[in-house]
Amino acid sequence: MAEIGMKKETRVAYGETLVELGAKNEKIVVMDADLSGSTKTGMFKKAYPDRFYNAGIAEGNMVGVAAGLAASGYTVFVSSFAMFASGRAFEQIRNTVAYPKLNVKVCASHAGITVGPDGATHQCLEDIGIMRTIPHMTIINPADAVEARLALIAAAEHDGPVYMRFGRSAVPVVFDADTYQFEIGKGVELRMGSDVTIIASGITVEMALKAADMLAAEGISARVVNMATIKPIDRDIIVKAAKETGAIVTAEEHNIIGGLGSAVAEVVCETVPVPVRRVGVKDKFGRSGNIPELLSHYKLTPEEIVLQAKAAIEQKKG
Amino acid sequence: METSKKIMLTKIADEIRLGILEGTYNAGSGHPGGSLSCADIMAYLYFAELNVNPDDPKNDDRDRFVLSKGHAAPALYAALALRGFFPREDLKTLRQIDSHLQGHPDMNKTPGVDISTGSLGIGVSNACGMAIAAKLQNKSYRVYAITGDGELQEGQIWESAMFASHYGLDNLIVFADANKLQIDGRTTDVLSPEPIDKRFEAFGWNVTRINGHDFDQIEAAVDAAKQVKGKPSVIVCDTVKGKGVSFMEDKAGWHGVAPKEDEYKAAVAEVTARIEKIVQEA
Repeated sequence: MAEIGMKKETRVAYGETLVELGAKNEKIVVMDADLSGSTKTGMFKKAYPDRFYNAGIAEGNMVGVAAGLAASGYTVFVSSFAMFASGRAFEQIRNTVAYPKLNVKVCASHAGITVGPDGATHQCLEDIGIMRTIPHMTIINPADAVEARLALIAAAEHDGPVYMRFGRSAVPVVFDADTYQFEIGKGVELRMGSDVTIIASGITVEMALKAADMLAAEGISARVVNMATIKPIDRDIIVKAAKETGAIVTAEEHNIIGGLGSAVAEVVCETVPVPVRRVGVKDKFGRSGNIPELLSHYKLTPEEIVLQAKAAIEQKKG
Repeated sequence: METSKKIMLTKIADEIRLGILEGTYNAGSGHPGGSLSCADIMAYLYFAELNVNPDDPKNDDRDRFVLSKGHAAPALYAALALRGFFPREDLKTLRQIDSHLQGHPDMNKTPGVDISTGSLGIGVSNACGMAIAAKLQNKSYRVYAITGDGELQEGQIWESAMFASHYGLDNLIVFADANKLQIDGRTTDVLSPEPIDKRFEAFGWNVTRINGHDFDQIEAAVDAAKQVKGKPSVIVCDTVKGKGVSFMEDKAGWHGVAPKEDEYKAAVAEVTARIEKIVQEA
């Protein structure tokens, strides 16, 4: 189990939860594209070898096979790295999973720049943008191991395709496993505040909480919203934040084009137009490096969130 | 094959051809050439082979069919209508705004369509998933799929070919409708998929190569494929694009163009005359 303060990879929670789901539901099948040790689907393979299929390094076929299984009544979890799951298999996901609305759950690990030393070819910063343009698709980016488990249980019960994003590295557990509630399409106000709202998802949630502490020390009251579901996005919680705080900062381990920042800005523009500033990777490819170096290089830090929060507050004052 | 069965299938195949012509003519678009080339295979599948029930199209134990070359939808729709999945009159609504007959097959709109297809290269993967599902449940249904020969240029076909043989999917039978033409011309000029049979053999499949317009050969190949254990089967069908409408035969130009009124009338007259002759002789 995961306890607040400890560090755990969301992909490990994925492997554990697959085993848990597999015990309850014999209609769950898992597929991988030669990365079962990394994506942690290998844990399911060990528990239920008859319901695990390795497709080899052939992501397009894997998704096509999954669609055929789903059309025959199975719920299929398919995994690869985010780059290949969302990139290589985009068209298969679009045409043979999302269009017919089949129960294929694309669970992608190693998303974002925190893949680290593997560098740009493996640091997927576009997946949420790609998946967000596909009708019928639900996109979830869990912040920690607790949320990952609950989101997977919800995804298994959800009728239709889901894209879920996990990181490579261990991240701090921020939610209480005994009390945290997850619902697809609902953001969660982790902290209330009146001057600015920070909306984050995935690994930036913990950064947002740190940034809120730093802002509080300077007398600025920041609200923090965890937006685990990026599609369908929780419009109500965004509108409420825009009305009540008048300034928004988004933070994501993704290109600022197409991801959480874009999704929030779309809602804000159409409802309560207030300043929105996006923290994320600014339309660049990744590079090799260790994780702290990369986060600092791409300005994905609590300090940057603080800076942008202050800028958003200034903008609101006019 | 018994003579009466062959007569029945020959007539059905031409009725499927009429449905293809009617659909594409009324739509003013669509793919008559590649639909006509697989009309005989489609007639055999829906009237001599597939265990399907129009009154219970989603039955768990039914045989599955995947039209990987989804642009041959007019042939599939005609076969489904003739088999009683929906009224034959619906064929006229092909590709129209409120029709359940989309330009490419949609499993959520058309009764009897087992999976949505249209983007080439994906259908054999889908069929593999269905074949695995049968094995997981110890069900005896089989999965049949039709690909084109141009479609074999898609890399994913060979990913799925590797997958099907690796997992020993002997409940999968794929027909490769080798009509030798694709949009840009002869498949052997554009990017040769040949030798199709040897390539599948190398991927570990049971392979036969037949004349895809000869019902005796289709029957023999299907019956033999059903006896094979431990490997998937492909029946490479040498066919003629546009088969059954003389002025459309072996012309790449009829890949994705609907007949105009005079062409439609001439084509219908030709096919109808053939059906009448079959009926008279029988």
